[in-house]
Amino acid sequence: MPVSTSPQGTPIWRLRTTRSQWLGYLGWLAGACLFLLCWKVISDNTMWVFVEDAGRQGGDLISRMLPPQWAYAHRLWKPMWDTLNIATLGTLLGIAMAFPVAFLAARNTTPHPLVRSAALVIIVASRSINSLIWAMLLVTILGPGVLAGIIAIALRSIGFIGKLLYEAIEEIHPTPVEAISATGAGRMQVMSYGVLPQVMPAFAGISVYRWDINIRESTVLGLVGAGGIGLQLNAAINSLAWNQVSVIFVMIFVTVLASEWISARVRHAII
Amino acid sequence: MLTLTGVNKRYPTGDRALTDIDLNLPRGQVMALIGPSGAGKSTLIRCVNRLVEPTSGSIRLEETELTRLSGNALRRARRAMAMIFQEYALVDRLTVMENVLSGRLGYVGFWRSFTRRYPQEDIAEAFRLLDRVGLPHALDKRADALSGGQRQRVGIARALIQRPRLLLVDEPTASLDPKTSRQIMRLIRELCAERELAAIINIHDVALAQQFADRIVGLRAGEIVFDGKPHELDADTLTTIYGEEEWDTRVNEEDAESEPASAEPVPRMALATGGAS
Repeated sequence: MPVSTSPQGTPIWRLRTTRSQWLGYLGWLAGACLFLLCWKVISDNTMWVFVEDAGRQGGDLISRMLPPQWAYAHRLWKPMWDTLNIATLGTLLGIAMAFPVAFLAARNTTPHPLVRSAALVIIVASRSINSLIWAMLLVTILGPGVLAGIIAIALRSIGFIGKLLYEAIEEIHPTPVEAISATGAGRMQVMSYGVLPQVMPAFAGISVYRWDINIRESTVLGLVGAGGIGLQLNAAINSLAWNQVSVIFVMIFVTVLASEWISARVRHAII
Repeated sequence: MLTLTGVNKRYPTGDRALTDIDLNLPRGQVMALIGPSGAGKSTLIRCVNRLVEPTSGSIRLEETELTRLSGNALRRARRAMAMIFQEYALVDRLTVMENVLSGRLGYVGFWRSFTRRYPQEDIAEAFRLLDRVGLPHALDKRADALSGGQRQRVGIARALIQRPRLLLVDEPTASLDPKTSRQIMRLIRELCAERELAAIINIHDVALAQQFADRIVGLRAGEIVFDGKPHELDADTLTTIYGEEEWDTRVNEEDAESEPASAEPVPRMALATGGAS
């Protein structure tokens, strides 16, 4: 009992009983033991001879990357443009598909619990598969190129946008929705007057945020042949042209930085 | 005009919100519904426009049996009953004009409402109503830029543009200061008289109810325990409705004197809950 009485008769209060206090210590001990055990397993599976000269290897790699072969940059503008297009068009396509799915998945706007389950399955399926894996599948189906990349990005975005948007829909104030229903408005009118204005800021913020993530993801899609700057990256690594790889890294870095800046500005302007 | 017969409401949790409510509201009558929190006042008016489904009983608006309607028939019936809310229930991110026009959603098709192309007579009526409730300057402001009293005026305009026959008013003044409360109640009262509207007004403030209603109905634990004229409401009936309490609002002078600890004289207060004063 946290509350007890001392021999002098003054009440004593503690947050935990002695029993739960000891159970807590025991839990921490068990956790520490598990951590050390895992450490041991990983260590036994590591070839320490390779790790020992990691510093030298890393230094060697960096020395081959430097100085970057800047002349190579002019061949990267086109793939970089492709990458931006994959991200932007993929995001737009994803938004178009995620928007209705979110309304079907939200508890307060879904027409039927079964429809809700179906919408949730779409969202989970889309989220559980990385866009790189979507791209691999789509390159097999559609052949290599930008189209596979766009669709891969779109499919991955449905889950992300759909999930965040349906959570936003479930958090709206119910009274304006009641008020609009009480006027005799139809189902779609209740959505467009009662629900949509309330989720608009969240929707815009989520979309821009996803666009920003998609720029980063689309830079690697080329590794599996789905177009964009990843193709060049793959080729440069395969031919051990490390001074070209460093140019690509710098370009990706600058692009991602710019997209983060834009999305931060846009979100700031909306919210 | 509105007739409730044997209306019961039991929530899925098992709570009985309404028990055997029989009520008849003639045309043009303003009725105040008073009672403690949780007595079922909100449930009662929400049963009428079916935001809450009554468990059993019959609710008739003129010739229409409301409890059995669904789909388009329910939409049509709802156009005749406008509701005004405690927290105004405006859509914050829409403009005042859009909020007022949303009262016409029951009459306008989806695409027209989505693209905000309302019929010209609706727009003219919206201008007239905003003028009538005293907000002609505010039509392009966003609803969340207004004060509480102004927002409730927008709520009233939205209700009236429906051209209803019945007003359902849920605690219109609970979030407002005493002066604004009076103004809002007076406005609702005047508009009901102008348009010959019947109204059910849920209200906590007994003094306001007595001042502005034609009839007072007291609800306690889901049952009607008082139904009469405002002047018939005395300390005994208030005790029946709300439970034991000192209903005299004047601070009793003997009480003040019998408190030796208080050195300063207790100021006379006139609280706005007056029963039999």
